[in-house]
Amino acid sequence: MSAPHPQKLAELLAAIPYARFLGMTGELAGNEITAILPFSPHLIGNTVLPALHGGVLGAFMELTALAQLSMSEPLRRQPRTIDVTIEYLRPGRALTTYALADVRKIGRRIANVHVQAWQESRASPVAALRGHFLLSVDPSGQQGDSGRH
Amino acid sequence: MTIDQRTLTEAGERMTQGTPQSASLGIRLVSVEPGVAAMAVTYRDDLVGDPATGVLAGGVITTLLDHVCGLAVASAAGPVHSTATLDLRIDYMRAAEPGRDIIARAYCYKLTHTIAFVRAAAFEDAEDDPVATAQGAFVLNLTAPKAPDP
Repeated sequence: MSAPHPQKLAELLAAIPYARFLGMTGELAGNEITAILPFSPHLIGNTVLPALHGGVLGAFMELTALAQLSMSEPLRRQPRTIDVTIEYLRPGRALTTYALADVRKIGRRIANVHVQAWQESRASPVAALRGHFLLSVDPSGQQGDSGRH
Repeated sequence: MTIDQRTLTEAGERMTQGTPQSASLGIRLVSVEPGVAAMAVTYRDDLVGDPATGVLAGGVITTLLDHVCGLAVASAAGPVHSTATLDLRIDYMRAAEPGRDIIARAYCYKLTHTIAFVRAAAFEDAEDDPVATAQGAFVLNLTAPKAPDP
């Protein structure tokens, strides 16, 4: 498998309106994405601390997993999220947030991905996500198992 | 502790309109009573996650569910608390219908001195036909939040 071109990652993220809403970008090292979420005031969920909204951190890590899956192997369409479990470890401060996805398993239909997000130090993650993603979808668009893979 | 309805509604409106991320998503308060809260988000093109289908991004639903769970916890625990999400599990049952608003309703079904347990569902029309369901645990902060750990 040849490494994807950085332009492909930029195109992928630019094509997702919600990724633009968040202001998410990414860098490629080989086929590994480091996702980047620059701080922006509209991402705040707690004005007292201030802290990033927990939903934003979850969304950012979910998009990181989806983008990494798209970069890891050619997919006909965007994977679909089946479930995610988000663990909040520290408040996300008014700083740039980074995330790396670890694709633990890619099967024919299902992928298992773990994501970590951090700010100043990767050793002090702010949040983590574990999720399952559906890689192929039947032509009717239903998420169920069509047996056509 | 019981809280009067006006205080609850004001807290809900402050949480939806006064939180930058909630306001920028256009999240609005639908209803709130002790331990139960509902919020909605209006479909917008800039919140789409898959341009091939026009379906709202999962992240929008995640934020809506997290936010409404927070209000359900606050309405159960009382206004003296601040709350923080410990974990949140979200199951996506199906794609949201493009062009439709999404409503989320959350129930804080157990409250201890330190932890609140919440479940929630996101749907267009009926709670028993959900786009996604969520299950979460929130920590209750009895005192003002401290500066984050270094």
